[in-house]
This record gives sequence, C-alpha cells and structure tokens, in this order.
Amino acid sequence: MSATTANNMPIKPKAKVGSMERQRMWAVRGSFAALSVFVVMFLIPPFYMIMTSLKSSAEISAQKGNPWIVQSPTLDNFIHLATDPSFQRYFMNSVWVTAVVVVLSMTIAILAAFSLSRMGFKGATVLSTGVFLTYLVPPSLLFIPLFQIVGSLGLINNTWVLVLLFPTLAVPFCTWIMIGYFNSIPKELDEAALIDGATYPQILIQIFIPVALPGIIAATIFAFTVAWGGFLYPLAYLYSSDQATLTVGIVRELIRGDVFAWGMIMAACVMAAAPPVIVYTFLMDYYVAGLTAGATKG
Amino acid sequence: MADGSTMVAGSSVTMSPAPRQGASLRKLSRRRSTAALVLCMPLILLIVGLKIYPTFYAVFLSMLDRKMLNFVGLDNFVFLLGRPSFQLVIFQSCLFAITAVIMKAFIGFILAHLMHNIRGPSQRIWRGLLLVPWVIPLSLSTLTWWWLFDPSYSAFNWTLKWLGFDEIPFLGSVWNARISVIAVNTWFGAPFFMIMYLAALKSVPEQLYEAAAIDGAGAWQRLIYITLPMMRNIILITVLYSLIVTFADFDIVRILTNGGPQDGTHLFATYAFSVGIQSGNIPRGASVSLFMFPILATLAFFVLRDVLKRNKEVAV
Repeated sequence: MSATTANNMPIKPKAKVGSMERQRMWAVRGSFAALSVFVVMFLIPPFYMIMTSLKSSAEISAQKGNPWIVQSPTLDNFIHLATDPSFQRYFMNSVWVTAVVVVLSMTIAILAAFSLSRMGFKGATVLSTGVFLTYLVPPSLLFIPLFQIVGSLGLINNTWVLVLLFPTLAVPFCTWIMIGYFNSIPKELDEAALIDGATYPQILIQIFIPVALPGIIAATIFAFTVAWGGFLYPLAYLYSSDQATLTVGIVRELIRGDVFAWGMIMAACVMAAAPPVIVYTFLMDYYVAGLTAGATKG
Repeated sequence: MADGSTMVAGSSVTMSPAPRQGASLRKLSRRRSTAALVLCMPLILLIVGLKIYPTFYAVFLSMLDRKMLNFVGLDNFVFLLGRPSFQLVIFQSCLFAITAVIMKAFIGFILAHLMHNIRGPSQRIWRGLLLVPWVIPLSLSTLTWWWLFDPSYSAFNWTLKWLGFDEIPFLGSVWNARISVIAVNTWFGAPFFMIMYLAALKSVPEQLYEAAAIDGAGAWQRLIYITLPMMRNIILITVLYSLIVTFADFDIVRILTNGGPQDGTHLFATYAFSVGIQSGNIPRGASVSLFMFPILATLAFFVLRDVLKRNKEVAV
C-alpha cells in the first residue's frame, strides 16, 4: 500500500536529481505512509479508551450509531471518579507507593552502582553479574513463595508490602543503568578530586550525580513505571478495597459485571494512564537513551 | 646549623614513614573496600532476602502437600504433568511466547527501518506516537482491549458488520482467544523492539551502505549482508530478553480471558495464580511457577553470555 501511494505521487519536473536521491525521496514518502498506518493501528485502543470515557452509560447501552465516535460527550464519568472516595484512595495509594518506591530504589541503586563502579571490593564482579541476573527474574516466578514470606511478616493486605516488593523489580535494572553511566565517567575526574582531598561522599554528590543525571532520570522513570503499573503483586497480596492501588482498584473493584459502567472504567483508565504518559512525553529521550545504551555502543 | 637540623629532621621524616605509609595505604584500601561493601549492603540484602531466599523457599514449598504439613517429594510435579489442563498450559505458554516474540521482533524491525528512513525532527514525534502502547500500564490497556473484544458491544464487530463481514467471537472460542491474547502482547511489545532496533540501526556506519550502493547492491542485499550482521547481537539479546518476559507474562491473560475459554489460554503465571492464590493450594502453585525455572534459566544464561561478551568487545 505504501508503495502505491509513493508511486502515484506526481514527480515534480524540477526534481531532476540523481537516481539514488530520487530513490531515497520515495523511500521517505513510503515510510511516512506506512508509519501512518502503524500509528493508526497502534492508537486504536487509547483512542477508544478516551472516546468511551466521554460516553454516558445510556449512550453505551443504546448501541446506536458508530461506537468509535462519542455522540454527546460528557465529563460526568471523570467528575464522578474525582469525587469518589474509593477512587481517590486508589490514586493516593498509587502516588505514595510510587514515590516511596522510586526514592528507595534510586538510593539503593545509586549507592551500589557507585560502589561497584569505583570503589571495588572482593566479589564486586560477581555482584554486578548477579544484579543483571536478578533483573531477568520476572515477578511471576516468585510471587507464591513471596506470598508466604510477606504473610509471615504480617504484610498481607497492607499497601506497605508493595514498598517492600517493588524495589526487587526496579533496583536491579536501575543499578545496571547507573553502573553503565558511572563507568562512562573518566577515572581521572574522581582521581583528581581524591588527590585534592575530596571524600567519597563528596565525589558522589558533587561529581557523579550531576554528571550522570541523564542516567538517573532514565532509572527513575523505570522505577516509576514498575511501581505505577505493577499489577500482579497488588492483585495477589492486597484484597481489600482500601489498600488497593490504581491498577488493581480499577480492574477488580470497578468491574461489577455491569456492562454500562464501561464509560467510568475507561475514564478511570485515562486518569490512571495520564501520569506515565505525561512523564514519558517530557522525558522520553532520557529513557530511550538509558534503555538503548547497550544497543548503540559497539 | 638550624638549616642542617631541619635537613636531618626532614630526611628522617621521609625515610622512616616508608613502611608505615605502605601499611596505612593497605589499611586505607581495606577501609575503602569495607565502605564499598557497606554501600552495596541494601542491594545485597534485597537480592538475598527477596530473590534468592524465595527461590529456595519455592523449591521447599513445592514439595509439601496441600495443608503444608507433610513432605511429598515430587508428587506435585508428577501430578501436574499428568493433568491435561497443565499440559495445555505448557503448550500455550510456548505458543504464546514464541509467536508473540516473533511477531514483536518482526514488526519492531519493520518499524525501526521505517523510522530510520525519515530523518530530522519529525522522527521524535513519530517515535512518541508509536511508543504509546508501551507507555500505558499494561493492565489498563488490556482492559481497553477487553472492552474492544466485548461479545455484545465490540467496536471491532460493529466495524466488521458495517463492512459486511460476519462478527467474530474474539474471546469466545479457544483459538480466537489465543490469537487475541498474542495480538495484544504484540501490540504492547513491538514498540520496545522498535526503539532497540532503531538505536542499533543508527550505530551502523553509513559508509558501509554507501560502499555497497556503489558496488551495486540492492536494498535486499544491503539488508542481508550489512544490516542483519551488524545488528545480529542486539537482535539476539532483545529476542532472548523478550522471550523471558513474555513467557512469564501475567497481566494480559489474567484480564482478557482469565485462562478461559475451557482453560484454553492459561499461561504458567496465570495458572499458578489460580491454583496457588485463588484455590489456596500454595505448594502446587509454587510447583507451577517452578516449571518456568529451567526455561527461564536457560534463556537467562544466553542473555548473560551475550551481554558480557558484548561488554568485553565494547571495552576493547
């Protein structure tokens, strides 16, 4: 399809350029056309999420006309949710859990990465490898033994369980990213500082953290994503409504078998998806750079 | 006189501390490595307490009976292997992971090439739009997919009917549901492959393509002889990593089908959840999860080998 659109383009008479350049121009046009098709396909669910969130229950149940377009848009679903105490609680639970998890994970990761990258001790290499291996352990492998463990700690149905468990998912990758960024800082920089009498805490705070700020942003976004979107742990360990975070609150509490509540469910999804979308809009470049650091070198 | 004494004093200062300085340096380095260990302590505690210990604990749990009182050896594993619904889980997990990863890698590869063709500032905007599926929390977008697939309100079916086709029960029959689950995972994961491959594409030196073009190589030949060999390693790492994550996937199946229809879409993770948490048979749930372990460990071994090899190459 992309090829035909490119071929039908009238060739401008003044475009008397080399065949390679003309080929290149068509490749660009074809790419735009093909990308447009992909973008439309990829954006169907978020588009429909927003459209449904603007519909009233009556409009959904009537099933008249095109479901893709909202006929009488209303913000009732959003207003209802924003004033609903239980939805507020899910939101606040997600906010504080995410905030604590991000701070905790980043502290652990930065300290460990600094130590592994610069100070060194017996077994540091083994630990770095171990960190990478734990990053490859998916949450669904250990959630059942962890159920018993957090149960014996008395943390079942307590939101704090997430503060304990989400760092296990976030810290390994954050540490891995930070080691990479710290390693890219020239050794001469901290050696010079050491000779000038700087202490390790000073080197970390005054040199490493500012220089590796892009890496810190990337790792922070990762920790944020893990904590905000986590689903399995809250679903398995938190059963009462007042302890639920957004993802579980929406999936478990808002769905009551009543099909016409879908406008509200989708509105809740829009509100819960907004923070990550906003974060990524502004900080995407850092995150992509951090993620692909391994892919671009070498 | 005064000068001489200072000289002597000075020389004695430089002479005598030589062995002491060595000792203090050693002490300093020992103190430094102690401090280094202390800084790593939270990380070590986290890994040992919440990754390594639970792994061994899972092995212990899996050998208990339902009431967790008696030791039953490998009975749980034997029982599971003999159960048709679990045999289905093994088949489905493999089908799901392999198909979805191939689809994601393929679409991601195409997207990366398309993105690489368009240069300039607009690339950022296209990239941002294509990354949306990957940015929305998976459980929420899966909920939207569920609504799109809804038997009586499906917007897809409305479109099909409008175009004059028959309606499709997306989640109603076993194979439809399997394909739907794979489609949602592909939708979610393809953007990740796109950015990894795009980064790898950008690192291929442009001169190689120019030289090939001068030698008369076509687009296909450039792909086979330049792009693929240059990207080989990153393709391998991404695919292996994604196999691990996809194999252990939970959110999509749990929300979209909850394992149904007729246990036709359960994966290891969702089956472990329904056996271990919902039915309360913790030991058997732990055994279900542990079945993933050899597969994931093998994949992780290859990822690690490639990553370490790569780091070494980069360092050289």
